[in-house]
Amino acid sequence: MASGLHESSFANPVVRWIDQRMPIFTMMQKEYGSFPTPRNFNYFWNFGALAMINLVIMIATGVFLAMNYTAHTSLAFESVERIMRDVNYGWLIRYVHMNGASMFFIVVYIHIWRGLYYGSYKAPRELLWMLGVVIFILMMATAFMGYVLPWGQMSFWGATVITNLFSAIPLVGDSIVTLLWGGFSVDNPTLNRFFSLHYLLPFVIAGVVFLHVAALHITGSNNPLGIDPKGPQDTVPFHPYYTAKDSVGMIVYFAVFAFLVFFTPNYLGHPDNYIPANPLSTPAHIVPEWYFLPFYAILRAVPNKLGGVLMMFGAIAVLFVLPWLDRSPVRSMRFRPIAKWLMLLWTVNFFVLMWAGGRPAEGIYVLIARLSTAYYFAYFLVILPLLSKIERPLPLPESISRAVLRGGGPLRGAAAAKPMEKA
Amino acid sequence: MADTLAPSSSPSTGGAHGPEQGTKRDFLKLVTGSFAVIGVGAIAWPFIASMNPAKDVLALASTDVDVGHIAEGQAVTVMWRGKPVFVRHRTPQEIEQARSVDVSSLRDPEADAARVQKAPWLIVVGVCTHLGCVPLGQKPTDPRGDYGGWFCPCHGSEYDTSGRIRRGPAPTNLVVPEYAFTSDTLIRIG
Repeated sequence: MASGLHESSFANPVVRWIDQRMPIFTMMQKEYGSFPTPRNFNYFWNFGALAMINLVIMIATGVFLAMNYTAHTSLAFESVERIMRDVNYGWLIRYVHMNGASMFFIVVYIHIWRGLYYGSYKAPRELLWMLGVVIFILMMATAFMGYVLPWGQMSFWGATVITNLFSAIPLVGDSIVTLLWGGFSVDNPTLNRFFSLHYLLPFVIAGVVFLHVAALHITGSNNPLGIDPKGPQDTVPFHPYYTAKDSVGMIVYFAVFAFLVFFTPNYLGHPDNYIPANPLSTPAHIVPEWYFLPFYAILRAVPNKLGGVLMMFGAIAVLFVLPWLDRSPVRSMRFRPIAKWLMLLWTVNFFVLMWAGGRPAEGIYVLIARLSTAYYFAYFLVILPLLSKIERPLPLPESISRAVLRGGGPLRGAAAAKPMEKA
Repeated sequence: MADTLAPSSSPSTGGAHGPEQGTKRDFLKLVTGSFAVIGVGAIAWPFIASMNPAKDVLALASTDVDVGHIAEGQAVTVMWRGKPVFVRHRTPQEIEQARSVDVSSLRDPEADAARVQKAPWLIVVGVCTHLGCVPLGQKPTDPRGDYGGWFCPCHGSEYDTSGRIRRGPAPTNLVVPEYAFTSDTLIRIG
């Protein structure tokens, strides 16, 4: 430390010179090179990296869209059409951004599901999980405001409905809505601030992602068995094992993404949003984008304005306290014979909510949405706390290497081979 | 952290054909790297292309000017691609002045005949070739410098009646845009 230089292990003189003064190469080598990672990841562990890539794609396409977008009620719609027709490759950049939002939610929903199924939210990863929920909320806010920018019918009425949620707050509700709008209806001031915030929030997300990853690299990754690595025989270095595995997932991800962009670019959107916003006429059937449908269904399932709003926000807020609702020390559902099936039922139920949210709020759909809403909350608030006490989990494997190098699952008998030192 | 792995030099992982030929992993790394570079390049292309002029910008890239009402000695300024274009109806003295100059003595040697299509009509982009200011001289009351053309107020460049640089820091003559007479009195610039 006498000279104040970092002791670098890099041979390349330029890399070494930088590394001694600012050891980013050492850090990258430690966190993404030799970083010891459980050897038994399945493909569900691709989705964190995919989400990171997706964020970069959204920021890159968004920056270029902003070069041609005009945040004014009389020009916004036209400027988006100009991007589609006149700007070189504008159609491509916009379709990538548009479908990128859907891809982002697909990836993040699978990422969250992975955490729920394999118990990644449990100690010691509670904070890591909560930071993830913060990212999810920021993503929803960003996606909502981005959807307003083209200033089509769905943009306008989506903005009207969602901002009106806040009018449910007793006493100050109306004042808050006026504050959000910057006026007495969704109008130019609203569009301007939404554009400003839509540009800002992705960078806030990037900041929270940094914290999310920093927390991850303290606790280390969870794995499909949900048991801690007990030594080097249970881990492999991140590179090349998981850089390679992530690359495989990335290729599949890009294939799906490209299919959406090039073959069905408007499949996940609403044709009504290609009609310019009209404050005098609400479209007959107004639904949010698919990724908000489950929460929209919860909102509509409750026959009370404030109650519906609280339940909708509660559906996300409950995730914050999940680590303290599920007290079972067993992380992976593989070893929880009852919780596993109820969790899979919760997954099906999530899709039922998504489907119900896209139906009109009448007749049988309301009943289905109510039952689904009840199960959504019951799983977190009743089933998991109860199962923590009464469920008898299956025996956990002795170690990751024992389980995965002997054909998977918990060990049968004691005749297992010695853990291997190296792959 | 026990596994400190040097992937490229791990012969056990590659199907080595011999020490000189490299391992299978070397091959895979090269192929993967090349695909990544080509992929990133292919993605970067539309992004960079999107910054070039869009179709609506290109659609407005030509301007029609009616010069019929411009009297001898007068000049008008028209907008073309966001820039001023000087259209000057030169007097016989100004034409004579422009023609009588010894071309080889000029900084940017160009004969007057090469800069006009019809002798009375001088058409130049009104942007100083030094650093992009708009020179004075369109109005009779403007300073036109010692050579009767234009005078740039920013750094003192002086242009003659053919728009050629005669004095001051500008390196080249005022640019003659692409144009054509679509009739006796109509000009299409661009």
